[in-house]
Amino acid sequence: MPATQEAGIFDESALVAKAREGDLAAFNELVNSYSRKIFRLAKHITQNEEDAEDVLQETFLKAFEHLGDFQGQSKFYTWIVRIAVNESLMKLRKRKSDRSVPLDEPVDTGEDTVVREIAVWDENPEQKYSREELGQILDEAVQGLRPAFRTVFVLRDIEELSTEETAEALGISVPAVKSRLLRARLQLREKLTRFFKRKGDDVFAYM
Amino acid sequence: MLTCKEFLQELNDYLDETGDIELRRRIESHITQCPNCFVILDTTKKTIQVYKGVLAQTLPQDVQARLLKAVERKCSEKKLRAGLPSIQP
Ligand SMILES: [Zn+2]
Repeated sequence: MPATQEAGIFDESALVAKAREGDLAAFNELVNSYSRKIFRLAKHITQNEEDAEDVLQETFLKAFEHLGDFQGQSKFYTWIVRIAVNESLMKLRKRKSDRSVPLDEPVDTGEDTVVREIAVWDENPEQKYSREELGQILDEAVQGLRPAFRTVFVLRDIEELSTEETAEALGISVPAVKSRLLRARLQLREKLTRFFKRKGDDVFAYM
Repeated sequence: MLTCKEFLQELNDYLDETGDIELRRRIESHITQCPNCFVILDTTKKTIQVYKGVLAQTLPQDVQARLLKAVERKCSEKKLRAGLPSIQP
């Protein structure tokens, strides 16, 4: 019998245990495994590279400092995501322009799920654009979302957290995650339709 | 039959494959009869796919280097504090 049943590529809990005892090399291994993802997440939520770097550092410094509080009930990654989300939201709140946009706004008017534009897309729409162009189109579409929707979309569809993990990280309910995700996806779909629709197709009005 | 509005409400569960079989059957039956919803389903699915495929972010090397430096600093601070418990902020 193998001593460990870990399905992951590396034995995370062993690394966490070592890091907790002050083993810097073990902690660095955790940093190296997740820094790219945490930076990406922070960049998407804050929309700012400098803020994202601050968030990245703060996240791992706090994790290192509070490693003793980490119970190991959730995954280490979920735990640091929660720290990173909090740090990112704090950055966002500090930016004066965002003060008018509360992050926990109630958004149950239903009006965001009205679909206005319906058109068939090209077979492989991403091939019409260079990698850079495509990245820019996708980034700008995400930036256009309200922070409350954007954060849920980033965690669910880009970082691939589960609905429950996302709810936990944001401190909101599972139904709230679901309804925000639906709105985010539909709004992005609509924004991308402008770029990806097949030429010559009619655009229908809908409902 | 599902209305278009109900279809939209159930879309996520269908896309995330968390809905039950009965729901999947009703969604699939709706899209065979409603071209608009077929397109919505198809393009929403593609939206998610295109994001998953492209937004792989690389971490600039200098950002990573500064991060490791900061962690190292924190580590020695922590050790210092552990060694000198009398010094409290
Ligand atoms: Zn329909």
